[in-house]
Amino acid sequence: MDLKRIGNQTVVFTNPSVILSSYSVVGPMEGKGPLGKTFNKVWPDTINGNPSWEVAESKMMEEALEGAVQESQVNKNEIDYLLAGDLLNQIISSNFAARTMGIPFIGLYGACSTMALSMAVGTMLIDGGFARHVLVGVSSHHDTAERQYRLPTEQGGQRSMSSQWTVTGAGSLLLGRSGKGPRITAATIGRIIDFGETDTNNMGAAMAPAVADTILNHLHDLKRSPEDYDLIISGDLGILGLELAQQVLKKNGLYFNNFSDCGVLIYDKSQDTHAGASGCGCSAVVFAGHILDKIKAGEYKRVLLVGSGALHSPTSALQGESIPAVGHAVVIEG
Amino acid sequence: MSDQNHRPPNINITPEEYQELAKKMTPKPTILKNIILAFLVGGLICAFGQLCINIFVQLGLAREDASTATTAFLILLGALLTGLGIYDEIGKYAGAGSIVPVTGFANSIVSPALEFKREGYVMGVGAKLFTVAGPVLVYGITSSIVIGIIAYFLR
Repeated sequence: MDLKRIGNQTVVFTNPSVILSSYSVVGPMEGKGPLGKTFNKVWPDTINGNPSWEVAESKMMEEALEGAVQESQVNKNEIDYLLAGDLLNQIISSNFAARTMGIPFIGLYGACSTMALSMAVGTMLIDGGFARHVLVGVSSHHDTAERQYRLPTEQGGQRSMSSQWTVTGAGSLLLGRSGKGPRITAATIGRIIDFGETDTNNMGAAMAPAVADTILNHLHDLKRSPEDYDLIISGDLGILGLELAQQVLKKNGLYFNNFSDCGVLIYDKSQDTHAGASGCGCSAVVFAGHILDKIKAGEYKRVLLVGSGALHSPTSALQGESIPAVGHAVVIEG
Repeated sequence: MSDQNHRPPNINITPEEYQELAKKMTPKPTILKNIILAFLVGGLICAFGQLCINIFVQLGLAREDASTATTAFLILLGALLTGLGIYDEIGKYAGAGSIVPVTGFANSIVSPALEFKREGYVMGVGAKLFTVAGPVLVYGITSSIVIGIIAYFLR
């Protein structure tokens, strides 16, 4: 059998998966942002009548997963795997959402890179002949993340200038073997890069080298240049991280005029998030809405989505450990 | 397809150089604005406290009792504003100006109380009540004991 792996870290699929449908659910703040109209559903508030924020997050993911299944009109019995992940301890939002879905479930944790990771793994399952359809989905929630990683939400303090705002949102895609729609044609799984950043309020700076490393290896493995893409978009580097990643890649002789970041696009300046957005939901809802719309409209022919994840925990951060980061890339072609 | 050992492309920067670059590009906190806002809001809270003391004295309380009553009243106010979701909005602009006064202490106790109620009254509220104020209490009380002992021997 021919190896599909090329170069250091990349796989090129012989049977690319087709993105049959997508669905995104967001909170009110994301709904008011510049991409507000591209989301399928906007909740009126972040709890939406649920008993806790944690329940709300898993319900939000459930809505996104059900939404994608319904849009595709594929029978649930023909979906062989659900791949999902989120930011909470033991990925509970995904576990509880999977409980109601009744589809064989593989939980993934790549922090905020989980959407790109699940798209890559999902396509591997399809390309390998292990699945007819794979449902992928991720979620994040501002208030559950604050509770777990930072301080009580009503505590009155000032956020650091480099800190990012966790997106309340869930995004889902249904991948299939055949059909009409954009295809996932290649993937580059990232390695962990840790350049010693210890400030958990500066995750953009922690993740930028990992994203740069993945982009560099991706382009090298496929012998492509930045111009081969209409858009290269990272998950949630934020304003500072995006700038840093570009600076780092410049040192390798790579210049971009098509490099953007989901965490920069989802909020506008008046929303005062400081360095932009973060969270699993960030790249998921921006991709499921805005980017897929543009691919379907023919505006983008080939897009590189690089999910970025900061893989620390509150415990490791308190113990003074630096932040291990990762970038996973998938190529989507219209 | 061939599968040789390809390595490296590696990004062309050392961790030390990168940390230098990241430090240079990280936006600095707006210190002057923060100081002025903290001064104004902190001052306003204290002036309001003074007003309360004066009113309590006018109402016939002794000076000492009036300041105790004022502290209690400010704590109530801080707790109320936390519950209404207003205090964190003030804190966003005022910083230390709204953390240092006693209203900020109320905020640091009430916010975890609200937050962790869903985990139950024992392991939630009970265990997490002092997540924010705990360090202040531990080191505040410890240092006051140490100062007390020193003062005792100096007298």
